[in-house]
Amino acid sequence: MNQRNPAISKGIDWSLVWIYLLLVAIGLTAIFAATYTEGDPVVQSFLRFKTDYSKQFFFFCIALVLALFILLTDSKFFSATANLGYALGIFFLLLVFPLHSNIKGTESIIKLGSFNFQPAEFCKIFVALALAKYLSRPETDFTKTRSQLIAGAIALFPAALTILQSETGLALVYLSFFIVMYREGLPSLILVVGFSAAALIVATLVFEKFTLAVILTVLALLVIYFTRRQWKRRTSFVVNIVFTWLLCVGIQLYAVPLVFKKVLKLYQVERIYSTVGKEVPDEYVQAHSDEVAKNKDKKKDINYNVRQSKIAIGSGRITGKGLLKATQTRYDFVPEQRTDFIFCTVGEGFGFLGTLVLLGLYLILLFRVVTIAERQRSTFSRCYAYGVASVFFFHIAINIAMTIGLAPVIGIPLPFISYGGTSLLTFTIMLFILIRLDADRHMVLR
Amino acid sequence: MSVFNQSRSRIILLIFLVAFVVIIAQLFYLQVISGKYRQMADENAILKKTVYPPRGLVFDRKRKAILNNTLTYDLMVTPAQARGIDTLFFCRLMEIDTAEFRKRIISSIIKNTSQKPSVFEASLSPQKYARIQENLWRFQNGFYVQERPIRSYPFEAGANIFGYLGEVDTNYLKKHAEDGYVSGDYAGMTGIEASYEKALMGQRGVQYLIKDNFSRIQGPYENGSLDVAAVAGSNLYTSLDVELQKLGEKLMSNKVGSIVAIDPRTGGIIAMVSSPTYNPGYLTGSERRKHFSELYTDPRKPLLNRAVNAAYSPGSTFKTLQALVGLHEGVINTRTTFSCSGAFYGCGGAKPMKCLDPGTFYLQTGITHSCNTYFANVMQRVINNPKYPTQDSSLRAWNKYMFGFGLGHRLGVDVPTERRGNIPTPEDFNKIYGEGHWNFCTYRSVSIGQGEVSTTPIQVANEMAYIANKGWYIIPHVVDSIEGGDKFGLLEKYRNRVVPLDIPDSIFEAVHEGMQGVMESGTGRGAQVPGVVVCGKTGTVENYARVNGEMVKQPNHSFFAAFAPRANPRIAIMCVVENSGRYGGTYAAPIVSLMIEKYINDTISAARKPLEERMASTNLIPPLMMKEIIRMDSLKRSKEAERELKNELKNIKDTLQSEDNPTAEEVKVDKKKDNRAPADSQRQKPGKPDMLTPGEPARVPAPKDRTRT
Repeated sequence: MNQRNPAISKGIDWSLVWIYLLLVAIGLTAIFAATYTEGDPVVQSFLRFKTDYSKQFFFFCIALVLALFILLTDSKFFSATANLGYALGIFFLLLVFPLHSNIKGTESIIKLGSFNFQPAEFCKIFVALALAKYLSRPETDFTKTRSQLIAGAIALFPAALTILQSETGLALVYLSFFIVMYREGLPSLILVVGFSAAALIVATLVFEKFTLAVILTVLALLVIYFTRRQWKRRTSFVVNIVFTWLLCVGIQLYAVPLVFKKVLKLYQVERIYSTVGKEVPDEYVQAHSDEVAKNKDKKKDINYNVRQSKIAIGSGRITGKGLLKATQTRYDFVPEQRTDFIFCTVGEGFGFLGTLVLLGLYLILLFRVVTIAERQRSTFSRCYAYGVASVFFFHIAINIAMTIGLAPVIGIPLPFISYGGTSLLTFTIMLFILIRLDADRHMVLR
Repeated sequence: MSVFNQSRSRIILLIFLVAFVVIIAQLFYLQVISGKYRQMADENAILKKTVYPPRGLVFDRKRKAILNNTLTYDLMVTPAQARGIDTLFFCRLMEIDTAEFRKRIISSIIKNTSQKPSVFEASLSPQKYARIQENLWRFQNGFYVQERPIRSYPFEAGANIFGYLGEVDTNYLKKHAEDGYVSGDYAGMTGIEASYEKALMGQRGVQYLIKDNFSRIQGPYENGSLDVAAVAGSNLYTSLDVELQKLGEKLMSNKVGSIVAIDPRTGGIIAMVSSPTYNPGYLTGSERRKHFSELYTDPRKPLLNRAVNAAYSPGSTFKTLQALVGLHEGVINTRTTFSCSGAFYGCGGAKPMKCLDPGTFYLQTGITHSCNTYFANVMQRVINNPKYPTQDSSLRAWNKYMFGFGLGHRLGVDVPTERRGNIPTPEDFNKIYGEGHWNFCTYRSVSIGQGEVSTTPIQVANEMAYIANKGWYIIPHVVDSIEGGDKFGLLEKYRNRVVPLDIPDSIFEAVHEGMQGVMESGTGRGAQVPGVVVCGKTGTVENYARVNGEMVKQPNHSFFAAFAPRANPRIAIMCVVENSGRYGGTYAAPIVSLMIEKYINDTISAARKPLEERMASTNLIPPLMMKEIIRMDSLKRSKEAERELKNELKNIKDTLQSEDNPTAEEVKVDKKKDNRAPADSQRQKPGKPDMLTPGEPARVPAPKDRTRT
């Protein structure tokens, strides 16, 4: 494949490109609506890159150039350099620790001139590639637990580093790679266990400690009672149930409180509790007494963001207020509205119909990516495509869910829409590598 | 490999779909079902701002603006944007030090956060305003100048007439619930500002504005299409003559009392002086609160509008009315004579009422020389008239006259806080003495305007207008017309003549004759106005005050009531100088004559200028008030001295901190002894006399607010 192919457009999935351009356009419009103030000289400030929307447009141009380069690159290049890229990503993540600049509570940003650079954001690309590379190795037998553990480690190692940089939200994104592993044969049980664990944790938040313990015990007894015929044949079944019951009660009574008291910060606990609409229990507040004392003078309403965001979105009604008539987002009632809460601008300005269109676009994007994944001949391409779908899905679902009060507030951007150069470039690169790989879908990559 | 686990792709798609459905369901709930968020958003972002129209102006009878609006300039600061300015230069412009600058910035942050503007300095002086305006560009964004309308008084006169504006309190809000006031608003509290509030305030407008998360205004909402424009307050045209008012206030300076002048033809009040008064501008602007409490605690009560809110026994001015009653009742005629051998003995053993000029008088000379005996006899005949079977009925008949003359009840003047005054009725006496235990002799002093009878200056002036008009008056009022019409019916009662009794002109002529005599040969002859036929009546009012629980006789009030010219009266006027001692002719009459001259001739002749100056400079502050002023002054001084001492002690303590306690104690004791010295030296400061010696009246401080030329 060394000979140059003059038609780089050959095999490109144009539907993805169009969706991409549409989403970026919506994003630029939303950022413009959120930051434009009456009387700004639009053209002038656009050319000088002084305003957020012009900066974002500048990044979009860079992203287009990068996309072009990616399309010109041999698709073998990505599988060949996947491991190297992973190492590079880890290197950058480690580089953050000595070099990070202190910007609003995060320790994940390196300042390069006037631009901020967030390795935790673009490291997702390398993880997706590396995971795909590992899973597509001929010698990898993914039915083996050892392989599953290694794959898990590849995904979670950068997450651990990211957590150390106080970016829990970005770290959680790496969990989405389990969707890839699930597709490649991770036992369903793990998925079931994962969902059960999530349900258990939510239940821990909602119910009183001992009420929940009683509920779990009753559940366990009922299961044993209804399956009594089976355990006559297999004693291990009972043991499993008892073991599960013990584990659940243990998590609920000890593990969760321990995490809330020792691992998480108070504001994180508050965000989690505010999602289920409850006050933080006193015992957790007391466990964080030092933090309480430190923030006593600037006691901030932790529900403020979500409440304002819900007001903004809710006030859009069916058709929205119109682009520049959205009072809530235009006058800064919603914090972080250019970045993590950009969905509010869409919700307020264009109403339910607008959000429906945006969600529809996203859903088409995800379905298209999954369809593309399934038509790959090469495992590498398929795994990578699933990686892209998973990461996009996680970002979209969690970001929107947090703006409407369905998920705790974790600062992750909305793909292609949120303001931020790193995130726009990251998502663009991820998508266009996929497009490039898909263009060569008849090839089997190793 | 590719078919392996392919079914799982559907599960993954299902997970995606479920998540999106949940999100869409929540969005559907937020945006379509739940309606509360639109309202919450409006509460967040829309500010309903009341637009205050300018208050109406007040003009005098020559169409001069006597109550105006002016702009004062406040320097505003937005602390968050004031960083990085040349503080030193700024402080030099504002004549403050950097510590003061920091203090003000911090207090504005505390008051209004650092994002919102607060007042850095209110009501800039013209010099500071000019300096700041010139250099404002250096402090852009952080500082700006904001104009604020306040009331201004171009002639600095008539404080008691105009009253003042004040912030409305909860009581006021309750009382005027339908007028749309909100707390923080200003409204007229007294004077015509209060009685014509409805006309003066105009109609408020509403402006809808967009605000941001720090409540900073971002611009009009919906381009102002929902706004309601404000309508300016109506101007008031009054009958006041501001020149005359100023002259009156000048003549009454350093005296306690009042002057009321009415145009008898219209009932319009020409001048209404209440002394001591204050510069009305004193109660506007930023220092309002401080000045108010100063005025409020002043023993001379400058906030009291004595013209309507002080009641005195009318003294001999009352005799003119008794003459009317006597003549109309037919108990005397113009030729009836009574003799006075020095006192009125008509009540047998009771204490005789003294008479000043012994002799024989008929009606005209009785008035002219203010003979007590004559009018005691007149009233005795009225009361003991066999026409009336009982003491009750005769007094009631007499009451009818008095009420008709406008006494004993509120006239309904448009300057608020009017008093009723008192005309004794049979009911009153029954209560005091018991039924049947009283007769004319019990209250004989009423006949000469002493005892149970009391009148307000406005009532006396009105009674002069009544006599001048020969039988009718129009309720005295300040405001003649309201620009744009009297929409609230505020002026209706000032449109009609009041004709309370049917008394023939001849009776009035007889009284006029006596009153003219007063000026030509009687008790008021020292107060003639060259070239004008004035009818007047003096009064010298005995009065008492409660001092330490005992009624102690105080110096007489000097009274004078008059109208002029006799043939075609244009002014009815009265003056009272409280506790001046001497007679009505001594102070009140000359003051009235000067007022009449100024009004009729528009100027005071050169020959009478010295009289004007003498009257203006005479100091007649009542001794009781003087005592109180001195007591309060010394109290203030001793408090100041105490404060000074405390400061000094603190300084000493700071320097002695390392030393032993006893030393500090000793110093404290020593200091206490020394303390009196500074207080004494202060007392001897020139210009702040402690005691009033009659010979040097000019040295007594004029009410602090006034600057007179």
